[in-house]
Amino acid sequence: MTTIDTLRFATAGSVDDGKSTLVGRLLHDSKSVLTDQLVAVTRASATDTPDLALLTDGLRAEREQGITIDVAYRYFATPRRRFILADTPGHVQYTRNMVTGASTADLAVVLVDARNGVVEQTRRHAALTTLLRVPHIVLAVNKMDLVDHRESVFAAIAEEFTAYAGALGAHEVTTIPISALSGDNVVEPSANMDWYAGPTILEHLASVPVERDTAREPARLPVQCVIRPRTDERSDYRGYAGQIARGTLRVGDRVTVLPGGRTSTVTAIDELGGPVEAAWAPQSVTVLLEDDIDIARGDLIVASDRAPALTRSVEATVCHVADQPLTVGRRVLLKHTTRTVRAIVEEIPSRLTLDTLAPYPAPGSLVANDIGRVRIRTAEPVALDSYADSRRTGSFLLIDPTDGTTFAAGMADPR
Amino acid sequence: MTTVTRVSGKTGTTPYTLSHLDALESEAVHIFREVAGEFERPVILFSGGKDSIVMLHLALKAFAPAAVPFSLLHVDTGHNFPEVLEYRDRTVARHGLRLHVASVQDYIDRGVLRERPDGTRNPLQTVPLTERIQAEKFDAVFGGGRRDEEKARAKERVFSLRDEFSQWDPRRQRPELWNLYNGRHAPGEHVRVFPLSNWTELDVWQYIAREGIELPEIYFAHEREVFQRAGMWLTAGEWGGPRENERVEKRRVRYRTVGDMSCTGAVDSDATTLDAVITEIAASRLTERGATRADDKMSEAAMEDRKREGYF
Repeated sequence: MTTIDTLRFATAGSVDDGKSTLVGRLLHDSKSVLTDQLVAVTRASATDTPDLALLTDGLRAEREQGITIDVAYRYFATPRRRFILADTPGHVQYTRNMVTGASTADLAVVLVDARNGVVEQTRRHAALTTLLRVPHIVLAVNKMDLVDHRESVFAAIAEEFTAYAGALGAHEVTTIPISALSGDNVVEPSANMDWYAGPTILEHLASVPVERDTAREPARLPVQCVIRPRTDERSDYRGYAGQIARGTLRVGDRVTVLPGGRTSTVTAIDELGGPVEAAWAPQSVTVLLEDDIDIARGDLIVASDRAPALTRSVEATVCHVADQPLTVGRRVLLKHTTRTVRAIVEEIPSRLTLDTLAPYPAPGSLVANDIGRVRIRTAEPVALDSYADSRRTGSFLLIDPTDGTTFAAGMADPR
Repeated sequence: MTTVTRVSGKTGTTPYTLSHLDALESEAVHIFREVAGEFERPVILFSGGKDSIVMLHLALKAFAPAAVPFSLLHVDTGHNFPEVLEYRDRTVARHGLRLHVASVQDYIDRGVLRERPDGTRNPLQTVPLTERIQAEKFDAVFGGGRRDEEKARAKERVFSLRDEFSQWDPRRQRPELWNLYNGRHAPGEHVRVFPLSNWTELDVWQYIAREGIELPEIYFAHEREVFQRAGMWLTAGEWGGPRENERVEKRRVRYRTVGDMSCTGAVDSDATTLDAVITEIAASRLTERGATRADDKMSEAAMEDRKREGYF
């Protein structure tokens, strides 16, 4: 069986930039739309040409208002690669849903309307995409047909965006001029922009390297549950189940269990039905250890020689996603991997100003869609990696303990 | 002009990658174990259809060599395929699981629900399902729904909060960040959990083939007495067909989905093996639901409306 890898990607951009049309075009032109879906869309369209945005805007309210409210996930494939696409909303009110789509993405396509250029919502999405460390960013300058396919318009927007993303710390930005409505440079190269020699959106998606090079990273296994069969022949079986979040675990490895700090040796690894010598992220496994030590859900099994530091003072960048504000002194729950601890927001040193990227000092609170720095004191120690090192073990949620609302997406950053 | 700006970057390839199916399997198992770790009374919706069969297979793998720590719940429409019920009971017995059955027929017999003029019982499942969830105080309910099935399903979270009336409000879904699933809920509320969210129909079939999972026979081509209604080949039977103007004929068919006999259509097929089924699906120009589900065609928002009320 040949291995086909999977690219998870998200779209982002302001309202009316044409995200849903781009996604519809991508699905339609890559022949991923089946007959009955196209019939349904054609029937629902106001005109004779099918409105491709209706392929993804599936909710009643979305069709009524012509906007995307929540993430729609779509699946398609080219001969070499499968795609899991999160089509996210552009509306400021639904930024949390854009963050939902981008948090698990390997690549983000940020759309800009060629007539409007980089606007505030573009900057917000560029900032979130970069802070979330989505590995690859594509700037798609859309509606090129409405600016006479002029290279100078594209070049100016591309330069402004690349400079902005670069200042935020983006590793790589690919810029592509397109027209989603007519299909230019989406799947097929454009006949109207011969000055552009780069890939189409689909060519880029199909060829961009997806790196999951975790082999040399330190091992991290958050324990989800303890597996004890309690049957006669398996009475002494005690396995620690979880999805490896980082690195590689091997039989014989010396490991430390955090936060307790006891050490042991890996004696066996079960990889969903069979024993293996080694397993790596993101495999779900069950690990057995030499010593009978007390391990429960929420513990983190790590490579002894490269263990993360324990702390009760978490410094992080957060993206606030709830309607209620996050204020200094607020009691919260902090969920990191499989561990949830009580915590208090001790300080909000700054909020990011999107225009200038300058920190606005001591704002006192963060409201919906704000990006800011926070310092949180936890009731028990947590073993956080830096988010820059791992999106899995450096991320956390802040949760309202009273009603369970997710307050904020946190990215640990001991700066 | 240059199109790629590398501000910095690292390169390198690694043998430490997962195949597409392995990645989906690993993600689904992670979801099962999260629920086991965080909820009091989870239950798996099990219909004997291929998605719930794959779901159960994944749950068995997730907790092996221990038993699956969840019971099963089947909403029996009263019009289920006998082969599927037989498969359901055999599977439950084989794995020593506990099965709850919520019966639509009971509700009709008691006069709580009324038969619809079009005879379809799929929408009638919502009340027995939600009442059983409340009565048993289930706090996490696994469904085999996949986001590729239908455009309202494409909007579902993996952990999807339902209020005390089991209602789904798509405009107020929680953000779902990374793989940090937030299962917090108030008493009376529950969370619908969809471990197969990112699977497609083809992924499900390829996984069934890879794992050698047994399915009810009706998924493979066989001779069957069917009649046509609203463009669908429905199985003739005591449930209510054919009517006077409908003519029964014998055809070689198979099912792509398994649901209520009154609204689940068969497709003409010669596919008698898993490989033949996979070839057939890969070449099909119709979606699974478009080909075989009459009830989804009732309106553009039929699924969304039913999901809002608590349907799975």
